[in-house]
Order: sequence, then structure tokens, then C-alpha cells
Amino acid sequence: MFGYLIKRLIQMIVVLWVVSVLVFVMMSFTGDPTYMMVPLDATEEQIAQARRLLGLDESHLVQYWRFLLNVLQGDFGRSFVFRQPALQLILERLPATLEIVFLAMVIALVVAIPLGVYAGANPGRPLSRAVMAGSLVGISLPGFWVGMVLIFVFAVRFQFFPSSGRGPTTELFGLRVSFTSWEGFRHLILPAITLSIGTLAILMRIIRAEMMEVMKQDYIKFARAKGAAQKGVLFKHGLKNALIPLVTVFGLMLGDLIAFATLTETIFAWPGIGKLLVDSIYRGDRPVIVVYLMFVAFMFVVVNFVVDVLYALIDPRIKIK
Amino acid sequence: MSEAARMSVAQPAPLLSVRNLRTWFHTFGGVVKAVDGVSFDVAPGEILGLVGESGGGKSMVGFSIMGLIDPPGRIEAGEIVFEGEDLARLDEARMRRVRGKRVAMIFQDPMTALNPLYTIGNQLEEMLKLHTDLPSARRRERAIEMLREVGIPQPESRLDNYPHQFSGGMRQRVVIAISMIARPRLLIADEPTTALDVTIQAQLLRLMKHQVTQNAASLILITHDLAAVSQMADRIVVLYCGRIVEKGRAADVIERPRHHYTRGLLDSIPHHDKAQARLRQIPGSVPDIRKLPPGCAFAPRCPAAQDICRRVEPELVETATGQAAACHFPIEATR
Ligand SMILES: Nc1ncnc2c1ncn2[C@@H]1O[C@H](COP(=O)(O)OP(=O)(O)OP(=O)(O)O)[C@@H](O)[C@H]1O
Ligand code: SF4
Ligand SMILES: [Mg+2]
Repeated sequence: MFGYLIKRLIQMIVVLWVVSVLVFVMMSFTGDPTYMMVPLDATEEQIAQARRLLGLDESHLVQYWRFLLNVLQGDFGRSFVFRQPALQLILERLPATLEIVFLAMVIALVVAIPLGVYAGANPGRPLSRAVMAGSLVGISLPGFWVGMVLIFVFAVRFQFFPSSGRGPTTELFGLRVSFTSWEGFRHLILPAITLSIGTLAILMRIIRAEMMEVMKQDYIKFARAKGAAQKGVLFKHGLKNALIPLVTVFGLMLGDLIAFATLTETIFAWPGIGKLLVDSIYRGDRPVIVVYLMFVAFMFVVVNFVVDVLYALIDPRIKIK
Repeated sequence: MSEAARMSVAQPAPLLSVRNLRTWFHTFGGVVKAVDGVSFDVAPGEILGLVGESGGGKSMVGFSIMGLIDPPGRIEAGEIVFEGEDLARLDEARMRRVRGKRVAMIFQDPMTALNPLYTIGNQLEEMLKLHTDLPSARRRERAIEMLREVGIPQPESRLDNYPHQFSGGMRQRVVIAISMIARPRLLIADEPTTALDVTIQAQLLRLMKHQVTQNAASLILITHDLAAVSQMADRIVVLYCGRIVEKGRAADVIERPRHHYTRGLLDSIPHHDKAQARLRQIPGSVPDIRKLPPGCAFAPRCPAAQDICRRVEPELVETATGQAAACHFPIEATR
């Protein structure tokens, strides 16, 4: 177990290092940020000085080395726009994103599991066919369009939910969250639904396919021969086995959600890291983009680690080593 | 002893009485009459061998009794009277209380019959949870007791192991333990040893027989291994293409088969004592069950087939000894 943790830790470090190189290379070849920093009427000399101050006059290798050292100390530089440490900016907005990503995941699981199990256990029933057709629609609909339709119907026409922005927040374990109040939760609903549609549809199809496979297994027939009720057969014996392959794609789906969160946050003017990224790209706010990329890579690595552990927990045939 | 009592000793009321069972599958390619008019009895404490080649409908007879025929299959007609109750007419909720508790079934492949994600203790106790109200501590005790009975060493510590930590033979012992733990009256074993090593087949059959007799339960042993059945069974039913071609006391059927199909099956068993030049296999193969020939389904492969065999379906005719064969020209005992 200890050896495994060490091995995983080294893997994580290597991945993050590779990402840091990629991010650095990308940033170095996408224009000179000096012009963003100096006043419009700056002289050539002032510009050259600013460049020296930023360290941009040195070789890429030296620049990278300095970048790496700073990153290791948690210093990603200050946002050109907000004049605050970029990391702090991201961390401030992270709860907002995590909120909709988490709620979207919950919606996707809560809807997809029962429907997927039903469709997988009873293929050919009308409801199963409807579920499959629905999931196809869900996959093919573009997220921004769903968001706009939801806004039009539920926010503009019926005014059930607010159309944009985040509701009032309260502090919970040092994070500013909005789901704690009804007003805050109301703001969450439409963005979370929009974000969940695609994942929900894919999840449903995967669960259905896995369930169909599992239901053919002897242990299902044996469970029925034991006199287990349909619910026990489906959920105790069926779903748990069907979930094993699902766990492996869970990390990827979370990645999808974070990626699509940028779109959803933009549509709903949701103040999360996705919207921050889009804004920062427009403004050429390089440090913020760097932190965002590094941060997402970090989350991925952590989630994948958690998924591996989860995998070993569900499936006794897999030993962590 | 009164007259009535003596009668009941001679012929106890059957535990299970299958009457004219028809289990059909309605497929796109036509109706598959997997079981077509099958009748037999199982007496209390009796071991019945159900034999025949692959596709004969043996498993479907078992699943019909368990009420586990899935669409497009359906019990089309017939009665399955078990302890005076027609199982074919029970609804799903009542049937669930029969499965596992009164009739248990075990399958061919022990490698796949156990759920890989639960400990065998959990899977043993599940049966008790479903059918008894024993408290958790008693369930555990009973599970340990049961594992010991089926010959699993150190049952206390094995309880928390997962199926993959057992060998095939050990797994089938666990499966037998699970199926017997709620003390069913009838056990249906569908080729319980076919997937296992020859060396452990006999052990497991003995274990099963022991378990069944100890609980005064009955056993339907489904197999295509006539040799195994001849040592275990009290009576034998031979199925061919969903119909019974012969049934009777095991000794009678084995020593004096009357149907040519049974004879063919017997001739294809290797004998250790007799030095046979080569085994005689039944020529030809099982016909497509959707396109059975009129008359006797065995006619295309039968060495004794006459014209009438291809036209008229033979009836199951019982002799004085209770042996019955569905054949126009049954083999006479003088051999
Ligand atoms: N779902 C199904 N759809 C159509 N036909 C089926 C279905 N299940 C079983 N059958 C048919 O029922 C017939 C009897 O099958 P069954 O499994 O009872 O045979 P068996 O005697 O147990 O053979 P084996 O020795 O191979 O286990 C076969 O001809 C098979 O094709
Ligand atoms: S009825 Fe005819 S074909 Fe069928 S087994 Fe008897 S002799 Fe052979
Ligand atoms: Mg079978």
C-alpha cells in the first residue's frame, strides 16, 4: 500500500511537470504580454525595461526555470487585470464552479442510474426505447442551446428560476457557497441542469449497456433462483457489477463537466473559474490562464487517483499494489 | 398396518408432479417447443436423473419448475404441482417464496454462479435473510456450519473470502452450501459437475447426494452423463427434442433400455471393464427443434426406423414394471 502511494505520487509529479512544460511552451509562443502591461503611450525604452523586469529578455530555458521555481512556491504571478495573485483568483472562484459541477454530476447520476438500469434490465420495453431515444437527443444537443432554451422557458416565460448570476453566498468550511440558501440554490438549478445533460445521456447509455451485459451472467440467474426480489437482483447484484467499468470513465466525465463548465458559466454569467478563464483569454491575462490549466491538470490527477482507489474498493479482485 | 397405510408406503404422494408441461419460445424464426408435453413425478427423498443430449430441453424443465423462464419463452400449458400447489399458476411474489426456500437450483458453471463482488459469507447469508428471520449472529453461525458440512476447511475464516479466492471445485461446494442452507425440499442440479475436473466430479456428486438424503429432500439431477446418473438416481427420465422418450427405474432403464435413443446414449458411454474397439456414437445430430419431422423425432437417426415411425408419433407406453418408452418398435428385454 505504501509503495503504491509512493508510485502514484511520483506519477502525479511527472504528469504535472509535463503539463507545466506544455503550458509554458504554449504561453511563450502566444504573443508578448509586455504590451498588455505598459501604458499605451509607453516609449520603446519603457517597453524594453518592462520586458527586462518581467524577465522576458532572457532565454526560454532560464524563463522556464524561474517559472518552475515560482510555481513550486505556489507563486503563479499576479493577474494583469485584477492585480491579485492569480492562484488566489482561481481559488476564490473555484467553489462556484465546483458547486455546479457537483450538482450536475448528482443530477446525472440520480437520473441516469435508475433509467439506465431499467433500460438495461428490460430492453425492448417501450419505456426503454424512449430512454434510448432521449439519450441520443441529449448527446446531440449542443450545451449552449439547451442553456438558452432553459433560460427562455424557465427564466423568461415562467420566471421559475433566475436567468443568470450566482445567488447569495454563505461561508462553509472557509468556502463561499450558495447552495445553502433557497435563493442561492434557485440560481444553481438551470446552470447545473444545462451542464448535466450531455453527461447524463452518455452515463445512461453506458449503464444500460453494462446492465444488459451483467443481466446475462449466471450469478444474476442464481440470485433469482435464490428467491431475491427484482430490486435486490437489479441493484445489489446487477448495478454494482455494472458500475465497475463506469468507475473508470468517471474521471473522464468529471473532466468533461469541468471543460463544459466554461461554456455554461459564460451563458449564465456564473462567476466560476470557467468564466474567469474565458474572460482571461479575451484579456490576455496570462498568469490566470496558466493557473487555470495547471489547476485543472492537478484536479485530473487527483481525481484519477481517487478513481483507482475506488475501483479497488468496489472490486475485490483488484489489489492495490 | 392398515390397507391405506400400506398403499401410501408403496406409493407415497409425489413431492413434485409435472403434468403435460409445455414450455415454448416464440421467436422470429418460429416457435421453439423446448419442452413439449412432459410429465413425470418426483417422490419425497427420491433422486431423479434427467438425461439427454444438448438441446433436449433439460434445463428448460428445471427453469420451468423454478418459474424462471424469460420472454420470449413461456409456460404454454401444463401443471407443476409441488407439495399440492401448482407452481405454474403462482404469481411472482408467491413464487419468490418458493425459490431458494422450497426448491433450490444450482447451475453448471461454479465459476460464474457466484457474484464476484460479495463475500461468500454474504451470499450464504443472503439466502437466510430472504427466507428466514434468523438474527445476524445466528445467520453467521449457520453459514459456518453449512460450509463445514460441504467440506470447506476453516469455514470461519473462509466466510470473508471472495469467490475468486476459491478453486472451481470449492466454489461448487459453496454453491451447494448456498442452495441447501434454507433446507429446500427439492434441489434441481443442472449439470453441476460438467465444468469440473473428472477427479472431483464424483466427490461433488456424493456430497450432493449426502446433503439431499440428510435433509430428506429430493433431487433432480440434470446431466448428459448417463454413467453418473446410473450410480446416483432412483429413476431416470430421458428427454429428446423436448419430449420424454423413456422413463423408469434407473436399473431398468440402464440395464434394459427400451427406446433406441436411450440405447444409443448407453452405447456411447466408455466402459472400463469391457474392451470396446471403439465407442458407438449415435449417428447424425439433434434436428432443429423448430422443424421436427412428423412422427418419431428420432427416426432420422434410428437404426430400427420403419415407415410408420416417420408418419405417426409414438405414444409413451408403460410396461408392467413402470418403465415407459415412446417407440413403435421398443427393444425387447431379451438381449
Ligand atoms: N431464449 C431462447 N430462445 C429460443 N430458444 C431457446 C431459448 N432458450 C432455450 N431455447 C431452446 O430450448 C431448447 C432446449 O434448451 P435447454 O437449454 O433446455 O437444453 P438442454 O437439454 O439443457 O441442453 P444442454 O445440455 O446444452 O444444457 C434448445 O433447443 C434451445 O435452442
Ligand atoms: S419410433 Fe421408430 S424411429 Fe422412433 S425410436 Fe422407435 S423405432 Fe426408432
Ligand atoms: Mg442445459
